[in-house]
Amino acid sequence: MEVVIAIAIGVLFGSGVWLILRPRSFQVLTGLLLMSYAVNLFIFCMGLLAIDQPPLILEQGTPDPANYTDPLPQALVLTAIVIGFATTALYLVLMMGSRGLTGTGHVDGREPQQ
Amino acid sequence: MSWSQQLILVPVLLPLLCGAILVLINESRHHLKFALNFGSVLLLLATAIVLMWQTDTGRWPDGIGVYLAANWSAPFGIALVVDRLAALMLLLTAVLATCALLYSLKRWGRIGVHFHSLFQFMLMGLNGAFLTHDLFNLFVFFEVMLAASYGLLLHGYNVNRIRAGMQFVAINLVASLLFLIGVALIYANTGTLNMADVAARVAEMDAADLGLLQVGMVSLVIVFLVKSAMWPFGFWLPTTYSAASPPVAAMFVLMTKVGIYTTLRVWLLVFSDEAGDSAGFGLELLFWGGIVTIIFGGIGMIASEVHGQLAGYAAIVSSGTLLAAIGYGLDPLVPALLFYLVSSTLAVAAFMLLIELIDRSRNPIHAMLELTREAFEFEEAPDQPVGVGIPAAVAFLGLSFACIALIIAGLPPLSGFIAKFSMFHSILEGSGAGFGVEGTTFIAVVLLAGLATIIGLITYGIRTFWGGGMVPARLNVTEVIPIGVLLLACVLLTVYASPVLSYLERTGADLQQPGLYIEGVLSAPVVESKGGHQ
Repeated sequence: MEVVIAIAIGVLFGSGVWLILRPRSFQVLTGLLLMSYAVNLFIFCMGLLAIDQPPLILEQGTPDPANYTDPLPQALVLTAIVIGFATTALYLVLMMGSRGLTGTGHVDGREPQQ
Repeated sequence: MSWSQQLILVPVLLPLLCGAILVLINESRHHLKFALNFGSVLLLLATAIVLMWQTDTGRWPDGIGVYLAANWSAPFGIALVVDRLAALMLLLTAVLATCALLYSLKRWGRIGVHFHSLFQFMLMGLNGAFLTHDLFNLFVFFEVMLAASYGLLLHGYNVNRIRAGMQFVAINLVASLLFLIGVALIYANTGTLNMADVAARVAEMDAADLGLLQVGMVSLVIVFLVKSAMWPFGFWLPTTYSAASPPVAAMFVLMTKVGIYTTLRVWLLVFSDEAGDSAGFGLELLFWGGIVTIIFGGIGMIASEVHGQLAGYAAIVSSGTLLAAIGYGLDPLVPALLFYLVSSTLAVAAFMLLIELIDRSRNPIHAMLELTREAFEFEEAPDQPVGVGIPAAVAFLGLSFACIALIIAGLPPLSGFIAKFSMFHSILEGSGAGFGVEGTTFIAVVLLAGLATIIGLITYGIRTFWGGGMVPARLNVTEVIPIGVLLLACVLLTVYASPVLSYLERTGADLQQPGLYIEGVLSAPVVESKGGHQ
């Protein structure tokens, strides 16, 4: 379980890093998205991973906390997702503005000299 | 909970409410919008002064005021904490905001929509970052500040601002992701996000368990260093600052200082002398990074042809000096570096505002001729001046420019000199036998950077004021007053240097005793409920 998640995070983050180093702003945007997925998964994993555990039932006395993962990172990741989503949307708007004003999708706002 | 503790929340809540109300008001009623915004900023100024008075007069134990959000006791809920350092930063923010806002009245507030709301939200983020005591909450306030700053940078949409914005936003988005990684690692290793609690637990950790935690702390601090533009994270700064409209650029000067503030706070708290195995971790890297930043900024000052960038490089030099001074890791140096922080922030912000007024007064053709004359070394006799008195506007611009140059370069008699002098003094005095390569390098590099600064500024001044072509433009009172106020603040800093430095010494003493701070936060009492209901 941990290995699968770790590899997934690594692949996502690595692809993201490669993409943000590309010259087109759409590639940069995609890279930022992939990196934020990776980071969100990473925060989520910080509360440990648990499988094959019974669901949380409140009727039979106090449930054993050892059966469950730490809920705080899950709360944090929700906030992180919302903020990341909003700021990435803002970048998208900026990208479209840049495209409209400069007529190119290059991150510098102009095509490199040949 | 007394009224004074409720006051800690005001610097966050007031801009939030005011900004929200301002969104609803139609853009055409800009006088009303300005009045509301200005009223809110003045209230923030008053709050900051009261908070400073509260922390410094011993009305709170050890000068630490704690506000426990939703009445959760300290390590569990989010605590807002004000101490002398936070109060100082709040006051600096409020003073700068008042000046920048007044400057925007005539022109800049109207060139786009929602300037005033964004301004308030940015203040909320800044104040929140100074007050919060929870690492994840710090992330949230950083994002509030950044989201507003993206909007403000693009305010008055043109190609330059879009270009600068694309880089600025992308860099800060990546930095935010690093921030999250850092926070997650710290939580995974210590099980807490409360700064005081993290510091308390780090002190008890074994050296073997520290590795991952230090990785987390470093990735967190990299974010702060991106904000404070340490080399090699600072290449975005000159472009961004020269593209932004002047009042926004003046506020951005403060954003670099947020990076410095958080570095100082987190580093001195978590890796203090009391932190056991990780005491003083990474200070050397901070020091040498700061030195390289000063050199980079100094070269930039001499090389820059665009005026906005000159001010940007001045901000980089100031950041570098502060980082190197933090990295030097000497207790008596802290008050001096805080003095430098206040003085250089005020001066660079005034410079940002002044550059636009100077540009407006320049005859563009003459300005161009000046540049080409230097480039091609034309031997052309300048026109003999005919006996005309200096117009008041030009005199004001020239005098303010001279003051700013003196402060930024650190020449006597203004506050920049006192700041640098007291830094050198505490290094020479305090190091004793430990005064070695680092002390020599620091003093030499800071002095050389002062030389580079004065060369860069004199070149600019000669081209502008003596190169001819100053067309006395009409200056508005609302644009002159802010610059005057900022410079007056620097003069007051010089005249009242002794009481200011003694306040800063108490601030520094607080920072040297993280134990007291940790205990003050963690033992803050919750409000007992009256009656039976919880």
